[in-house]
Amino acid sequence: MKVWRYGDDVNTDMLFPGKFTYTCSTAEEIRPHLLEDLDPDFAEMVKPGDLVFGGKNFGCGSSREQPTLGLKAVGVEAIVASSFDRIFYRSSINQGLLLVECPDAVAAYNAGDEVTLDAAEGKITVGGREFDFPRLPPEILAIRDAGGLLPWTRAELEK
Amino acid sequence: MGMTFAEKILARKAGLDRAVPGQIVIIEPDHLLTHDNTAAIVDKIVDDLERFGVARPGMPVIALDHVIPAASEKHAVNHKTAREFAARFKLPNFYDVGTGVCHQVLMEKGHALPGRLIVGSDSHTCSYGALGVFATGVDRTEAAALYLRGKTWLKVPETIRITLGGRLQPPVSAKDLVLTIIGDIGADGAAYRAVEFHGSVSTLSIEERFTIANMGVEMGAKIAVFPVDAVTREYLTSIGAEHGSYEPLWADEDAAYCRELTYDLGDIEPVIAAPHKVDNRKSVAELEGMAIQQVLLGTCTNGRLSDLEAAAGILDGHAVSPGVRLLVLPASREIYQAAMENGTLAILSRAGATILPPGCGPCLGAHQGCLAPGEKCLSTANRNFKGRMGSKEAEIYLASPQTAAATAIHGVISDPRKEVSR
Repeated sequence: MKVWRYGDDVNTDMLFPGKFTYTCSTAEEIRPHLLEDLDPDFAEMVKPGDLVFGGKNFGCGSSREQPTLGLKAVGVEAIVASSFDRIFYRSSINQGLLLVECPDAVAAYNAGDEVTLDAAEGKITVGGREFDFPRLPPEILAIRDAGGLLPWTRAELEK
Repeated sequence: MGMTFAEKILARKAGLDRAVPGQIVIIEPDHLLTHDNTAAIVDKIVDDLERFGVARPGMPVIALDHVIPAASEKHAVNHKTAREFAARFKLPNFYDVGTGVCHQVLMEKGHALPGRLIVGSDSHTCSYGALGVFATGVDRTEAAALYLRGKTWLKVPETIRITLGGRLQPPVSAKDLVLTIIGDIGADGAAYRAVEFHGSVSTLSIEERFTIANMGVEMGAKIAVFPVDAVTREYLTSIGAEHGSYEPLWADEDAAYCRELTYDLGDIEPVIAAPHKVDNRKSVAELEGMAIQQVLLGTCTNGRLSDLEAAAGILDGHAVSPGVRLLVLPASREIYQAAMENGTLAILSRAGATILPPGCGPCLGAHQGCLAPGEKCLSTANRNFKGRMGSKEAEIYLASPQTAAATAIHGVISDPRKEVSR
Protein backbone atom coordinates (compact mmCIF):
# COMPACT_ATOMS: atom_id res chain seq x y z
CA MET A 1 0.00 0.00 0.00
CA LYS A 2 1.41 3.34 -1.05
CA VAL A 3 0.23 6.79 0.03
CA TRP A 4 0.14 9.42 -2.74
CA ARG A 5 0.34 12.75 -0.98
CA TYR A 6 -0.75 16.09 -2.47
CA GLY A 7 -1.57 19.59 -1.17
CA ASP A 8 -4.51 21.99 -0.86
CA ASP A 9 -7.05 22.82 -3.59
CA VAL A 10 -6.24 19.85 -5.85
CA ASN A 11 -8.67 20.70 -8.65
CA THR A 12 -10.43 18.59 -11.26
CA ASP A 13 -8.18 19.83 -14.06
CA MET A 14 -5.16 18.46 -12.14
CA LEU A 15 -7.00 15.19 -11.54
CA PHE A 16 -8.11 14.86 -15.15
CA PRO A 17 -7.41 17.45 -17.91
CA GLY A 18 -10.52 19.20 -19.23
CA LYS A 19 -9.40 18.86 -22.84
CA PHE A 20 -10.14 15.11 -22.68
CA THR A 21 -13.51 15.48 -20.94
CA TYR A 22 -15.55 14.74 -24.06
CA THR A 23 -13.30 12.13 -25.60
CA CYS A 24 -12.49 9.89 -22.60
CA SER A 25 -15.36 8.48 -20.54
CA THR A 26 -14.59 4.84 -19.74
CA ALA A 27 -12.13 3.64 -17.10
CA GLU A 28 -9.73 2.42 -19.81
CA GLU A 29 -9.83 5.78 -21.60
CA ILE A 30 -9.44 7.77 -18.37
CA ARG A 31 -6.55 5.86 -16.80
CA PRO A 32 -3.61 7.16 -18.88
CA HIS A 33 -4.61 10.78 -18.14
CA LEU A 34 -5.39 10.38 -14.44
CA LEU A 35 -3.56 13.11 -12.45
CA GLU A 36 -1.58 13.85 -15.62
CA ASP A 37 -0.90 17.53 -14.84
CA LEU A 38 -0.37 16.91 -11.10
CA ASP A 39 1.83 13.81 -10.91
CA PRO A 40 3.03 12.22 -14.17
CA ASP A 41 4.05 9.00 -12.34
CA PHE A 42 0.64 8.32 -10.81
CA ALA A 43 -1.22 6.69 -13.70
CA GLU A 44 1.55 4.18 -14.33
CA MET A 45 2.53 3.42 -10.74
CA VAL A 46 -0.75 3.39 -8.78
CA LYS A 47 -1.79 -0.02 -7.44
CA PRO A 48 -5.05 -1.37 -6.00
CA GLY A 49 -5.25 -0.60 -2.28
CA ASP A 50 -3.22 2.63 -2.51
CA LEU A 51 -4.40 5.74 -0.67
CA VAL A 52 -4.48 9.35 -1.88
CA PHE A 53 -3.91 12.12 0.70
CA GLY A 54 -4.84 15.75 0.07
CA GLY A 55 -5.24 19.01 1.94
CA LYS A 56 -8.30 21.25 1.96
CA ASN A 57 -10.90 21.59 -0.82
CA PHE A 58 -9.84 18.38 -2.59
CA GLY A 59 -11.56 17.94 -5.97
CA CYS A 60 -12.67 21.54 -6.46
CA GLY A 61 -13.75 22.78 -9.87
CA SER A 62 -15.61 20.96 -12.60
CA SER A 63 -18.42 18.44 -12.16
CA ARG A 64 -16.59 16.01 -14.46
CA GLU A 65 -16.57 12.53 -12.97
CA GLN A 66 -13.43 11.15 -14.63
CA PRO A 67 -11.45 11.81 -11.40
CA THR A 68 -13.78 9.82 -9.12
CA LEU A 69 -14.58 7.15 -11.70
CA GLY A 70 -10.89 6.82 -12.59
CA LEU A 71 -9.58 6.69 -9.03
CA LYS A 72 -12.17 4.06 -8.12
CA ALA A 73 -11.36 2.04 -11.25
CA VAL A 74 -7.59 1.90 -10.56
CA GLY A 75 -8.38 0.54 -7.10
CA VAL A 76 -7.62 3.52 -4.85
CA GLU A 77 -9.00 2.41 -1.48
CA ALA A 78 -9.83 5.89 -0.21
CA ILE A 79 -9.00 9.55 -0.49
CA VAL A 80 -8.05 11.13 2.84
CA ALA A 81 -8.24 14.93 2.92
CA SER A 82 -8.80 17.87 5.27
CA SER A 83 -11.92 18.81 3.30
CA PHE A 84 -13.56 18.01 -0.03
CA ASP A 85 -15.36 19.95 -2.73
CA ARG A 86 -19.08 19.16 -2.58
CA ILE A 87 -19.63 17.98 -6.17
CA PHE A 88 -16.54 15.78 -5.84
CA TYR A 89 -17.82 14.40 -2.54
CA ARG A 90 -21.19 13.60 -4.07
CA SER A 91 -19.58 12.07 -7.13
CA SER A 92 -17.45 9.80 -4.95
CA ILE A 93 -20.59 8.44 -3.28
CA ASN A 94 -22.06 7.88 -6.74
CA GLN A 95 -18.96 5.90 -7.79
CA GLY A 96 -18.73 3.94 -4.54
CA LEU A 97 -15.38 5.56 -3.68
CA LEU A 98 -14.55 6.03 0.02
CA LEU A 99 -13.67 9.57 1.15
CA VAL A 100 -12.18 10.20 4.57
CA GLU A 101 -12.58 13.80 5.74
CA CYS A 102 -10.09 14.04 8.60
CA PRO A 103 -7.79 17.10 8.95
CA ASP A 104 -6.03 15.55 11.98
CA ALA A 105 -5.06 12.43 10.06
CA VAL A 106 -3.74 14.57 7.20
CA ALA A 107 -1.72 16.72 9.63
CA ALA A 108 -0.35 13.64 11.43
CA TYR A 109 0.91 11.92 8.30
CA ASN A 110 4.65 11.76 7.67
CA ALA A 111 6.18 10.12 4.61
CA GLY A 112 6.47 6.38 5.16
CA ASP A 113 3.87 6.18 7.94
CA GLU A 114 1.72 3.06 8.04
CA VAL A 115 -1.93 3.92 7.42
CA THR A 116 -4.89 1.61 8.13
CA LEU A 117 -8.59 2.25 7.63
CA ASP A 118 -11.74 0.90 9.20
CA ALA A 119 -14.55 2.38 7.11
CA ALA A 120 -17.34 0.66 9.04
CA GLU A 121 -16.14 2.08 12.36
CA GLY A 122 -15.05 5.43 10.93
CA LYS A 123 -11.48 5.07 12.17
CA ILE A 124 -8.14 5.80 10.51
CA THR A 125 -4.73 5.03 11.99
CA VAL A 126 -1.71 7.04 10.85
CA GLY A 127 1.71 6.03 12.16
CA GLY A 128 0.10 4.38 15.20
CA ARG A 129 -2.21 7.30 16.05
CA GLU A 130 -5.93 6.68 15.69
CA PHE A 131 -8.44 9.28 14.50
CA ASP A 132 -12.21 9.22 14.01
CA PHE A 133 -13.79 10.45 10.80
CA PRO A 134 -17.47 11.21 10.14
CA ARG A 135 -19.45 8.41 8.53
CA LEU A 136 -22.20 8.99 6.00
CA PRO A 137 -25.86 8.95 7.06
CA PRO A 138 -27.41 5.48 6.57
CA GLU A 139 -29.53 6.40 3.53
CA ILE A 140 -26.44 7.73 1.72
CA LEU A 141 -24.18 4.93 2.93
CA ALA A 142 -26.61 2.52 1.26
CA ILE A 143 -25.77 4.08 -2.13
CA ARG A 144 -22.03 3.67 -1.64
CA ASP A 145 -22.42 0.18 -0.23
CA ALA A 146 -24.49 -0.87 -3.26
CA GLY A 147 -21.37 -0.15 -5.33
CA GLY A 148 -22.54 3.29 -6.40
CA LEU A 149 -25.61 5.17 -7.54
CA LEU A 150 -26.42 3.22 -10.72
CA PRO A 151 -26.49 -0.23 -9.09
CA TRP A 152 -28.52 1.29 -6.24
CA THR A 153 -30.94 2.97 -8.68
CA ARG A 154 -31.43 -0.27 -10.64
CA ALA A 155 -32.28 -2.09 -7.41
CA GLU A 156 -34.79 0.66 -6.52
CA LEU A 157 -36.43 0.46 -9.95
CA GLU A 158 -36.77 -3.31 -9.60
CA LYS A 159 -38.70 -2.93 -6.35
CA MET B 1 -37.04 31.08 13.87
CA GLY B 2 -37.36 31.86 10.15
CA MET B 3 -35.85 29.96 7.27
CA THR B 4 -33.14 30.80 4.74
CA PHE B 5 -33.86 30.57 0.99
CA ALA B 6 -32.26 27.11 0.84
CA GLU B 7 -34.16 25.79 3.85
CA LYS B 8 -37.44 27.15 2.53
CA ILE B 9 -37.18 25.85 -1.02
CA LEU B 10 -35.89 22.43 0.00
CA ALA B 11 -38.74 22.10 2.50
CA ARG B 12 -41.24 23.09 -0.19
CA LYS B 13 -39.81 20.68 -2.73
CA ALA B 14 -39.67 17.84 -0.21
CA GLY B 15 -43.24 18.49 0.94
CA LEU B 16 -42.12 19.38 4.48
CA ASP B 17 -43.08 22.26 6.76
CA ARG B 18 -39.48 23.13 7.41
CA ALA B 19 -35.96 21.94 6.75
CA VAL B 20 -32.84 22.46 8.85
CA PRO B 21 -29.13 22.40 7.92
CA GLY B 22 -27.73 18.88 7.80
CA GLN B 23 -31.11 17.30 7.05
CA ILE B 24 -31.30 15.08 3.97
CA VAL B 25 -34.33 15.59 1.75
CA ILE B 26 -35.58 13.71 -1.30
CA ILE B 27 -36.55 16.03 -4.14
CA GLU B 28 -37.72 15.89 -7.77
CA PRO B 29 -35.75 18.60 -9.61
CA ASP B 30 -37.78 20.76 -11.99
CA HIS B 31 -34.99 20.39 -14.52
CA LEU B 32 -31.80 18.43 -15.12
CA LEU B 33 -29.24 20.14 -17.35
CA THR B 34 -26.81 18.15 -19.47
CA HIS B 35 -24.71 19.22 -22.48
CA ASP B 36 -22.15 17.44 -24.65
CA ASN B 37 -21.78 15.00 -21.75
CA THR B 38 -25.30 13.70 -22.50
CA ALA B 39 -23.68 11.06 -24.72
CA ALA B 40 -21.48 9.70 -21.94
CA ILE B 41 -24.45 9.74 -19.56
CA VAL B 42 -26.71 7.87 -21.96
CA ASP B 43 -23.96 5.33 -22.70
CA LYS B 44 -24.03 4.28 -19.03
CA ILE B 45 -27.70 3.33 -19.14
CA VAL B 46 -28.50 2.24 -22.70
CA ASP B 47 -30.25 -0.98 -21.61
CA ASP B 48 -31.91 0.64 -18.57
CA LEU B 49 -33.41 3.35 -20.77
CA GLU B 50 -34.95 0.76 -23.08
CA ARG B 51 -36.43 -0.97 -20.08
CA PHE B 52 -37.49 1.90 -17.83
CA GLY B 53 -37.58 4.92 -20.18
CA VAL B 54 -37.02 8.52 -19.05
CA ALA B 55 -38.90 9.13 -15.80
CA ARG B 56 -40.05 12.67 -16.63
CA PRO B 57 -39.41 13.71 -20.28
CA GLY B 58 -40.08 17.39 -19.48
CA MET B 59 -37.32 17.46 -16.87
CA PRO B 60 -34.15 17.08 -18.98
CA VAL B 61 -32.80 20.15 -20.75
CA ILE B 62 -30.01 19.40 -23.19
CA ALA B 63 -27.91 22.14 -24.79
CA LEU B 64 -24.93 21.18 -26.95
CA ASP B 65 -22.26 23.79 -26.27
CA HIS B 66 -18.96 22.49 -24.95
CA VAL B 67 -17.17 21.58 -28.17
CA ILE B 68 -19.20 23.16 -30.98
CA PRO B 69 -19.14 22.85 -33.93
CA ALA B 70 -17.70 19.36 -33.39
CA ALA B 71 -13.89 19.50 -33.34
CA SER B 72 -13.41 15.82 -34.14
CA GLU B 73 -15.26 12.69 -35.13
CA LYS B 74 -15.57 11.71 -31.46
CA HIS B 75 -17.18 15.02 -30.56
CA ALA B 76 -19.51 14.68 -33.55
CA VAL B 77 -20.56 11.23 -32.36
CA ASN B 78 -21.30 12.68 -28.90
CA HIS B 79 -23.59 15.29 -30.45
CA LYS B 80 -25.32 12.69 -32.61
CA THR B 81 -25.91 10.42 -29.61
CA ALA B 82 -27.49 13.32 -27.68
CA ARG B 83 -29.72 14.26 -30.64
CA GLU B 84 -30.89 10.66 -31.09
CA PHE B 85 -31.54 10.28 -27.36
CA ALA B 86 -33.73 13.42 -27.33
CA ALA B 87 -35.65 12.21 -30.38
CA ARG B 88 -36.01 8.62 -29.18
CA PHE B 89 -37.52 9.63 -25.81
CA LYS B 90 -39.40 12.67 -27.16
CA LEU B 91 -37.58 15.13 -24.90
CA PRO B 92 -39.04 18.57 -25.64
CA ASN B 93 -36.13 20.63 -24.27
CA PHE B 94 -33.29 19.97 -26.70
CA TYR B 95 -31.11 22.80 -28.02
CA ASP B 96 -28.68 21.95 -30.77
CA VAL B 97 -25.22 23.30 -31.61
CA GLY B 98 -25.22 27.08 -31.97
CA THR B 99 -28.06 27.95 -29.60
CA GLY B 100 -25.60 28.98 -26.93
CA VAL B 101 -23.82 28.06 -23.72
CA CYS B 102 -26.17 25.82 -21.71
CA HIS B 103 -26.47 28.19 -18.75
CA GLN B 104 -27.41 31.16 -20.91
CA VAL B 105 -29.86 28.96 -22.85
CA LEU B 106 -31.65 27.79 -19.70
CA MET B 107 -32.23 31.40 -18.71
CA GLU B 108 -33.19 32.71 -22.17
CA LYS B 109 -35.59 29.88 -22.90
CA GLY B 110 -37.45 30.32 -19.63
CA HIS B 111 -36.43 27.07 -17.91
CA ALA B 112 -34.67 28.82 -15.04
CA LEU B 113 -37.63 30.45 -13.31
CA PRO B 114 -37.77 31.76 -9.73
CA GLY B 115 -38.58 29.15 -7.10
CA ARG B 116 -37.49 26.23 -9.26
CA LEU B 117 -34.94 23.60 -8.29
CA ILE B 118 -32.49 22.71 -11.05
CA VAL B 119 -29.54 20.33 -11.00
CA GLY B 120 -27.06 20.02 -13.82
CA SER B 121 -24.09 17.89 -14.74
CA ASP B 122 -22.03 21.05 -14.94
CA SER B 123 -20.51 22.88 -12.01
CA HIS B 124 -21.66 26.32 -13.20
CA THR B 125 -25.32 25.30 -12.94
CA CYS B 126 -25.28 27.60 -9.89
CA SER B 127 -25.64 30.51 -12.37
CA TYR B 128 -29.47 30.43 -12.21
CA GLY B 129 -29.31 31.72 -8.65
CA ALA B 130 -29.36 35.08 -10.47
CA LEU B 131 -33.09 34.47 -10.99
CA GLY B 132 -33.91 33.08 -7.54
CA VAL B 133 -33.46 29.44 -8.57
CA PHE B 134 -31.96 26.75 -6.31
CA ALA B 135 -29.43 25.47 -8.84
CA THR B 136 -26.43 23.21 -8.24
CA GLY B 137 -24.07 20.80 -9.96
CA VAL B 138 -23.99 17.01 -9.92
CA ASP B 139 -21.91 14.43 -11.80
CA ARG B 140 -22.77 12.37 -14.90
CA THR B 141 -23.68 9.27 -12.94
CA GLU B 142 -26.24 11.22 -10.96
CA ALA B 143 -27.66 12.66 -14.19
CA ALA B 144 -28.03 9.10 -15.49
CA ALA B 145 -29.86 8.01 -12.34
CA LEU B 146 -32.11 11.10 -12.62
CA TYR B 147 -33.11 10.20 -16.19
CA LEU B 148 -34.23 6.82 -14.88
CA ARG B 149 -35.77 7.73 -11.55
CA GLY B 150 -36.48 11.48 -11.66
CA LYS B 151 -35.47 12.17 -8.06
CA THR B 152 -32.44 12.48 -5.87
CA TRP B 153 -31.30 13.58 -2.40
CA LEU B 154 -29.90 16.87 -1.19
CA LYS B 155 -28.42 17.87 2.12
CA VAL B 156 -29.83 21.14 3.45
CA PRO B 157 -26.89 23.58 3.56
CA GLU B 158 -26.01 26.27 6.05
CA THR B 159 -26.14 29.75 4.52
CA ILE B 160 -23.75 32.69 4.27
CA ARG B 161 -25.42 36.10 4.01
CA ILE B 162 -23.62 38.75 1.94
CA THR B 163 -25.08 42.23 2.26
CA LEU B 164 -24.22 44.75 -0.46
CA GLY B 165 -24.31 48.53 -0.12
CA GLY B 166 -23.83 51.39 -2.57
CA ARG B 167 -23.28 50.81 -6.26
CA LEU B 168 -20.46 49.77 -8.58
CA GLN B 169 -18.47 52.58 -10.21
CA PRO B 170 -17.95 51.71 -13.90
CA PRO B 171 -15.71 50.50 -15.40
CA VAL B 172 -15.55 48.44 -12.20
CA SER B 173 -17.90 45.51 -12.73
CA ALA B 174 -19.69 42.59 -11.12
CA LYS B 175 -16.72 40.40 -12.06
CA ASP B 176 -14.46 42.55 -9.89
CA LEU B 177 -16.93 42.16 -7.02
CA VAL B 178 -17.12 38.38 -7.19
CA LEU B 179 -13.34 37.99 -7.62
CA THR B 180 -12.93 40.24 -4.57
CA ILE B 181 -15.30 38.10 -2.50
CA ILE B 182 -13.58 34.86 -3.56
CA GLY B 183 -10.19 36.40 -2.78
CA ASP B 184 -11.46 37.29 0.68
CA ILE B 185 -13.12 34.02 1.69
CA GLY B 186 -11.06 31.59 -0.40
CA ALA B 187 -11.85 28.94 -2.99
CA ASP B 188 -13.49 26.84 -0.28
CA GLY B 189 -14.87 29.78 1.71
CA ALA B 190 -18.46 28.77 1.01
CA ALA B 191 -17.90 25.00 0.74
CA TYR B 192 -21.12 23.00 1.21
CA ARG B 193 -22.97 26.25 1.89
CA ALA B 194 -25.56 28.42 0.23
CA VAL B 195 -24.73 32.08 -0.40
CA GLU B 196 -27.52 34.69 -0.32
CA PHE B 197 -27.08 38.24 -1.61
CA HIS B 198 -28.95 41.01 0.22
CA GLY B 199 -28.86 44.83 0.31
CA SER B 200 -28.39 46.99 -2.77
CA VAL B 201 -29.06 44.11 -5.13
CA SER B 202 -31.42 46.28 -7.17
CA THR B 203 -28.42 48.27 -8.47
CA LEU B 204 -27.22 45.12 -10.25
CA SER B 205 -28.64 44.08 -13.63
CA ILE B 206 -29.66 40.46 -14.25
CA GLU B 207 -26.52 40.09 -16.35
CA GLU B 208 -24.35 41.26 -13.47
CA ARG B 209 -26.14 38.92 -11.05
CA PHE B 210 -25.56 36.07 -13.51
CA THR B 211 -21.79 36.77 -13.48
CA ILE B 212 -21.75 36.69 -9.69
CA ALA B 213 -23.94 33.58 -9.27
CA ASN B 214 -21.95 31.80 -12.01
CA MET B 215 -18.82 32.03 -9.86
CA GLY B 216 -20.51 30.77 -6.71
CA VAL B 217 -18.94 27.36 -7.26
CA GLU B 218 -15.48 29.01 -7.34
CA MET B 219 -15.96 29.76 -3.63
CA GLY B 220 -17.21 26.20 -3.12
CA ALA B 221 -20.87 27.18 -2.78
CA LYS B 222 -23.74 24.78 -3.34
CA ILE B 223 -25.88 27.68 -4.57
CA ALA B 224 -25.44 31.45 -4.89
CA VAL B 225 -28.79 33.19 -5.01
CA PHE B 226 -30.39 36.61 -5.43
CA PRO B 227 -33.87 37.77 -4.42
CA VAL B 228 -36.53 38.29 -7.09
CA ASP B 229 -37.23 42.02 -7.55
CA ALA B 230 -38.49 44.45 -10.20
CA VAL B 231 -35.27 43.95 -12.21
CA THR B 232 -35.85 40.18 -12.24
CA ARG B 233 -39.50 40.54 -13.22
CA GLU B 234 -38.62 42.91 -16.03
CA TYR B 235 -36.10 40.41 -17.37
CA LEU B 236 -38.56 37.54 -17.12
CA THR B 237 -41.20 39.53 -18.98
CA SER B 238 -38.64 40.26 -21.71
CA ILE B 239 -38.15 36.52 -22.30
CA GLY B 240 -41.88 35.85 -22.31
CA ALA B 241 -42.26 34.35 -18.81
CA GLU B 242 -45.60 35.64 -17.55
CA HIS B 243 -46.13 36.86 -14.02
CA GLY B 244 -47.85 34.09 -12.13
CA SER B 245 -46.02 31.38 -14.08
CA TYR B 246 -43.40 31.17 -11.33
CA GLU B 247 -43.42 31.13 -7.55
CA PRO B 248 -40.56 33.17 -6.10
CA LEU B 249 -39.49 32.71 -2.53
CA TRP B 250 -36.91 34.33 -0.31
CA ALA B 251 -35.36 34.05 3.13
CA ASP B 252 -37.24 35.20 6.21
CA GLU B 253 -35.98 38.29 8.02
CA ASP B 254 -35.12 36.20 11.10
CA ALA B 255 -33.38 33.36 9.28
CA ALA B 256 -30.16 32.04 10.86
CA TYR B 257 -26.85 32.40 9.04
CA CYS B 258 -23.51 30.70 9.68
CA ARG B 259 -21.59 33.76 8.51
CA GLU B 260 -22.39 37.33 7.49
CA LEU B 261 -20.32 39.58 5.24
CA THR B 262 -20.85 43.11 3.94
CA TYR B 263 -19.44 44.86 0.88
CA ASP B 264 -19.73 48.47 -0.22
CA LEU B 265 -19.91 48.25 -4.01
CA GLY B 266 -18.47 51.74 -4.30
CA ASP B 267 -15.20 50.48 -2.75
CA ILE B 268 -14.65 47.67 -5.26
CA GLU B 269 -11.66 48.12 -7.58
CA PRO B 270 -10.53 46.27 -10.72
CA VAL B 271 -8.95 42.96 -9.69
CA ILE B 272 -7.50 39.87 -11.32
CA ALA B 273 -7.33 36.22 -10.26
CA ALA B 274 -3.74 35.25 -10.98
CA PRO B 275 -2.62 31.66 -11.76
CA HIS B 276 -3.49 28.99 -10.82
CA LYS B 277 -6.29 29.52 -8.31
CA VAL B 278 -9.42 31.65 -8.51
CA ASP B 279 -8.81 33.01 -5.00
CA ASN B 280 -5.31 34.25 -5.92
CA ARG B 281 -6.59 37.82 -6.17
CA LYS B 282 -4.36 40.71 -7.15
CA SER B 283 -5.22 44.33 -7.87
CA VAL B 284 -4.85 45.28 -11.52
CA ALA B 285 -2.20 47.76 -10.35
CA GLU B 286 -0.04 44.87 -9.05
CA LEU B 287 0.03 43.19 -12.47
CA GLU B 288 -0.13 46.25 -14.72
CA GLY B 289 2.35 46.02 -17.58
CA MET B 290 2.57 42.23 -17.78
CA ALA B 291 2.61 41.07 -21.43
CA ILE B 292 -0.39 39.00 -22.53
CA GLN B 293 -0.62 36.95 -25.73
CA GLN B 294 -4.33 36.07 -25.78
CA VAL B 295 -7.44 37.79 -24.46
CA LEU B 296 -10.67 35.80 -24.17
CA LEU B 297 -13.83 37.90 -23.91
CA GLY B 298 -17.06 36.00 -23.30
CA THR B 299 -18.08 32.56 -21.90
CA CYS B 300 -20.94 31.77 -19.50
CA THR B 301 -19.36 34.16 -17.00
CA ASN B 302 -19.05 37.31 -19.14
CA GLY B 303 -20.45 36.64 -22.60
CA ARG B 304 -23.63 38.65 -22.38
CA LEU B 305 -24.58 41.70 -24.44
CA SER B 306 -23.63 44.23 -21.75
CA ASP B 307 -20.23 42.56 -21.39
CA LEU B 308 -19.53 42.74 -25.12
CA GLU B 309 -20.81 46.33 -25.24
CA ALA B 310 -18.62 47.38 -22.31
CA ALA B 311 -15.56 45.94 -24.05
CA ALA B 312 -16.55 47.48 -27.40
CA GLY B 313 -16.99 50.85 -25.71
CA ILE B 314 -13.32 50.74 -24.68
CA LEU B 315 -12.01 49.18 -27.91
CA ASP B 316 -13.95 51.46 -30.30
CA GLY B 317 -11.49 53.35 -32.49
CA HIS B 318 -8.53 51.32 -31.25
CA ALA B 319 -6.70 48.34 -32.67
CA VAL B 320 -5.86 45.21 -30.73
CA SER B 321 -2.14 45.19 -29.94
CA PRO B 322 -0.15 43.29 -32.60
CA GLY B 323 1.08 40.83 -29.97
CA VAL B 324 -2.41 39.86 -28.84
CA ARG B 325 -5.09 37.49 -30.15
CA LEU B 326 -8.48 38.76 -29.00
CA LEU B 327 -11.14 36.02 -29.05
CA VAL B 328 -14.80 36.92 -28.53
CA LEU B 329 -17.24 34.28 -27.38
CA PRO B 330 -20.87 35.45 -27.14
CA ALA B 331 -22.86 33.30 -24.69
CA SER B 332 -25.74 32.58 -27.07
CA ARG B 333 -27.09 33.04 -30.57
CA GLU B 334 -29.53 35.66 -29.27
CA ILE B 335 -26.65 37.64 -27.83
CA TYR B 336 -24.58 37.15 -30.98
CA GLN B 337 -27.52 38.38 -33.06
CA ALA B 338 -28.18 41.40 -30.86
CA ALA B 339 -24.47 42.30 -30.78
CA MET B 340 -24.34 41.98 -34.56
CA GLU B 341 -27.43 44.11 -35.12
CA ASN B 342 -26.36 46.94 -32.80
CA GLY B 343 -22.84 47.12 -34.22
CA THR B 344 -20.97 45.76 -31.19
CA LEU B 345 -19.47 42.84 -33.10
CA ALA B 346 -18.48 45.17 -35.93
CA ILE B 347 -16.53 47.37 -33.49
CA LEU B 348 -14.81 44.33 -31.98
CA SER B 349 -14.01 42.78 -35.35
CA ARG B 350 -12.75 46.09 -36.74
CA ALA B 351 -10.42 46.37 -33.73
CA GLY B 352 -8.99 42.96 -34.65
CA ALA B 353 -11.04 40.46 -32.68
CA THR B 354 -11.86 36.95 -33.86
CA ILE B 355 -15.54 36.20 -33.23
CA LEU B 356 -16.19 32.58 -32.19
CA PRO B 357 -19.51 30.70 -32.32
CA PRO B 358 -21.67 30.81 -29.17
CA GLY B 359 -20.29 27.92 -27.10
CA CYS B 360 -17.65 27.17 -24.47
CA GLY B 361 -14.79 27.60 -26.95
CA PRO B 362 -11.28 27.59 -25.48
CA CYS B 363 -12.40 27.93 -21.84
CA LEU B 364 -11.90 24.21 -21.21
CA GLY B 365 -8.94 23.81 -23.53
CA ALA B 366 -10.61 21.55 -26.08
CA HIS B 367 -10.37 23.76 -29.18
CA GLN B 368 -10.66 27.29 -30.66
CA GLY B 369 -7.77 28.99 -28.89
CA CYS B 370 -5.65 26.66 -26.78
CA LEU B 371 -2.50 28.07 -25.22
CA ALA B 372 1.12 27.13 -25.98
CA PRO B 373 3.76 26.67 -23.26
CA GLY B 374 4.88 30.00 -21.84
CA GLU B 375 1.84 31.94 -23.07
CA LYS B 376 -0.33 34.12 -20.87
CA CYS B 377 -4.05 34.60 -21.40
CA LEU B 378 -6.28 37.20 -19.80
CA SER B 379 -9.75 35.70 -19.74
CA THR B 380 -13.21 36.75 -18.60
CA ALA B 381 -14.06 33.09 -17.84
CA ASN B 382 -14.34 31.57 -14.38
CA ARG B 383 -11.33 29.24 -13.96
CA ASN B 384 -7.59 29.72 -14.16
CA PHE B 385 -6.52 26.19 -13.22
CA LYS B 386 -3.16 24.95 -14.45
CA GLY B 387 -3.50 23.30 -17.86
CA ARG B 388 -7.14 24.30 -18.30
CA MET B 389 -6.73 26.10 -21.64
CA GLY B 390 -4.14 23.79 -23.15
CA SER B 391 -0.53 23.73 -21.99
CA LYS B 392 0.16 23.29 -18.29
CA GLU B 393 3.07 25.67 -18.85
CA ALA B 394 0.61 28.44 -19.79
CA GLU B 395 -0.94 30.96 -17.39
CA ILE B 396 -4.54 32.22 -17.15
CA TYR B 397 -5.50 35.55 -15.53
CA LEU B 398 -9.21 36.12 -14.82
CA ALA B 399 -10.67 39.60 -15.06
CA SER B 400 -13.62 41.70 -16.20
CA PRO B 401 -14.58 42.48 -19.83
CA GLN B 402 -13.45 46.06 -19.21
CA THR B 403 -9.99 44.98 -18.04
CA ALA B 404 -9.86 42.53 -20.96
CA ALA B 405 -10.56 45.31 -23.47
CA ALA B 406 -7.94 47.65 -22.02
CA THR B 407 -5.42 44.79 -21.98
CA ALA B 408 -6.17 43.87 -25.60
CA ILE B 409 -5.40 47.44 -26.74
CA HIS B 410 -2.05 47.68 -24.97
CA GLY B 411 -0.87 44.07 -25.10
CA VAL B 412 -0.10 44.25 -21.40
CA ILE B 413 -2.38 44.04 -18.36
CA SER B 414 -4.02 47.46 -18.15
CA ASP B 415 -6.38 49.33 -15.84
CA PRO B 416 -9.70 50.05 -17.59
CA ARG B 417 -10.15 53.21 -15.51
CA LYS B 418 -7.39 54.79 -17.61
CA GLU B 419 -9.31 54.24 -20.86
CA VAL B 420 -11.87 56.67 -22.24
CA SER B 421 -15.03 54.77 -23.02
CA ARG B 422 -16.91 56.06 -26.08
